[in-house]
Amino acid sequence: MKILIVDDFSTMRRIIKNLLRDLGYNNTAEADDGSTALPQLLSGSFDFLITDWNMPNMAGIDLLKAVRADAKLKDMPVLMVTAEAKRDQIVEAAQAGVNGYIIKPFTADTLREKIDKVFERINAGG
Amino acid sequence: MQSPEIAQKESAMRARQLEKAKQLVIHMEAGDDEAANRLIEEMGRMHESLLFEELGKLTRDLHEALNAFRLDSRLSEITKNDIPDAKERLNYVVAMTEQSAHRTLNAVEESLPMAESIARQARELSEAWQRFRHRELSAEEFRLLAQEVGEFLERTGGEGESIRRNLSDVLMAQDFQDLTGQVIRRVIHLVQDVEENLVGLVRISGERLAVPEPKRKEPREDGDGKGSGPAVPNTSDGGDVISGQDGVDDLLSSLGF
Repeated sequence: MKILIVDDFSTMRRIIKNLLRDLGYNNTAEADDGSTALPQLLSGSFDFLITDWNMPNMAGIDLLKAVRADAKLKDMPVLMVTAEAKRDQIVEAAQAGVNGYIIKPFTADTLREKIDKVFERINAGG
Repeated sequence: MQSPEIAQKESAMRARQLEKAKQLVIHMEAGDDEAANRLIEEMGRMHESLLFEELGKLTRDLHEALNAFRLDSRLSEITKNDIPDAKERLNYVVAMTEQSAHRTLNAVEESLPMAESIARQARELSEAWQRFRHRELSAEEFRLLAQEVGEFLERTGGEGESIRRNLSDVLMAQDFQDLTGQVIRRVIHLVQDVEENLVGLVRISGERLAVPEPKRKEPREDGDGKGSGPAVPNTSDGGDVISGQDGVDDLLSSLGF
């Protein structure tokens, strides 16, 4: 399981990376913006994307839309981890096809729960 | 600094004044005092009228500049809403960083004594263990050692878990850097906005004639998809914000998630 962590704050990337390691996911890579994440996704063999929303060049929502629009990436599970908490934004992310939405600040338990749920649903859906 | 318009007027006036002065000399040489006096008065009035014209223009410009300033609602909006907003945001940063520091310190204060006592007891047990290896322990002493080792292992297991939990808490407490960083960036954005508008104001008062188009910056979060960072209480973020993970989960499940 190879996971890409996208956030413009390196501290948050480290937190998520450490939490994932705790959960047994050791194969992770990082990107600091949607614009740098997309080429990585296209060239790497990632299984899962965890992304922030508010980033300087390409926002997480646009990254999500780009992933869903790409023939090769469209089925990749995407978990949004963000401080953006407006109703419209959550609805927009849901409509764009996000698989999970976590509000910062979050707990280790929430991350575990949402990741489990994402894979549960994927496995159930075949 | 004079505008070309004023310079032109002044040179025209100088030509007229020269004309009058020549006439004045003619009148005075002819001994026509009455005509000479009238000419002197006229020359004075010419100068006054130009002065009044200039003064009138200045007053108009000032009036227009003041109106332009009043119309520039961005600056008044900044003072009325954005500055108090920014104060709340910075207060939020202070509160968040304080909370994170305490969370970290609590975890450290709880973990340090545990780590210290584990290390101390391990040293004591190690000494006894050495004596056992050198066959210096009596049967009674060995029974005691075995019991102590058992207790130590049990305690280390529990406290090791506590320390792991505390370190994990320290890890999570570092999320303040992301959250406060986003808020501080927003305040920096505002400060830049204030700066630009103040420069505009200086330009208005510096250049009487050219009134710059007032800067009107739309709030950043509106529609550019980049997001606006964490919602801060008592600020303009009040709107349609979902509170906490449970609220998000409820909303998503209402959308069929």
